[in-house]
Amino acid sequence: MEILILEGTPKTPTIEFKPGEGYLLLRGRSIPENSIEFYKPLIEGLDAYNNNPQSKTTVDIQLEYFNTSSSKCVLDVLKKLEAINGNSEVIINWYYEEDDEDMLEAGEDYQAIINVPFKMIEVEE
Amino acid sequence: MENIHDFYTKMEEGNIMLSFKGEVTSDLLTSILQIMESKMDTLEEPPVVKKKVYNILVECLQNLYHHLESDDLTTPINEKSALFMIKKQNDEYSIMTGNYMVKDNVEPMKKRLDTINAMDSLQLKTYYKEVLNNGEMSSKGGGGLGMIDIARKSGKKLEYRFDNVDDKLTFFSLNVKVAQNKNKEEKVK
Repeated sequence: MEILILEGTPKTPTIEFKPGEGYLLLRGRSIPENSIEFYKPLIEGLDAYNNNPQSKTTVDIQLEYFNTSSSKCVLDVLKKLEAINGNSEVIINWYYEEDDEDMLEAGEDYQAIINVPFKMIEVEE
Repeated sequence: MENIHDFYTKMEEGNIMLSFKGEVTSDLLTSILQIMESKMDTLEEPPVVKKKVYNILVECLQNLYHHLESDDLTTPINEKSALFMIKKQNDEYSIMTGNYMVKDNVEPMKKRLDTINAMDSLQLKTYYKEVLNNGEMSSKGGGGLGMIDIARKSGKKLEYRFDNVDDKLTFFSLNVKVAQNKNKEEKVK
């Protein structure tokens, strides 16, 4: 399966998806005007991964900002991970900066929808 | 010659940090966000305030961007232009936008804003999750979350008005204030 690496830009996050290691990283800002287009390769990659996943899948989500159009795409990513969770043990680490209540709350919102436990991790600014 | 000093004084008295009138493009959004970020760095705003203002800016600007993009192509260029201002007064930020809107869209927009304004923060949270999970996503990825998110992050009621332009157009003004030093207790109230 193909590794997907996207360098972060002022409007899009760094994505590192390494199927061979069962590892996914989303980090930085996600504020593109057209999020669907940006997240499409990752969504497709996760679909392919679910056919033959590792026994354990670790996901680090460390977003600084995301817009509402990305929030739907992040939910799509999480729903794919929820589906993978049947075939692999999925661990989702949700990082938020100290005092960033909005980002913590965003993680809690997703946790209420997605049936995979989140680990909330506070990081220093 | 027009009196430029008058313009300057008006903006100075209005505590306007940044204003823009014209067509909203993707590159323009990037630039405005960068300018505001460095301005807030210079002012040494606390990270919490910076993030809130930045988030609301993104949503307001992208609302304008998608609104202008979605309007039909027959719209004259001056009607596609929008106004955008950021004001800071007594530690409170206000993000103001203005744009033309076809009359048919006024009632749905007013209804949406009134629905949001009638909710407290817990109701907004529930509503956001509901729309996030069940709402149809538009082709651009919007899907009606923008205003709910703006209201959640602002912590204040959304101020708006519609001014009649002619038989088909209305001018829509929105003022989003960013509550400062908000703590958990206040939010739950």
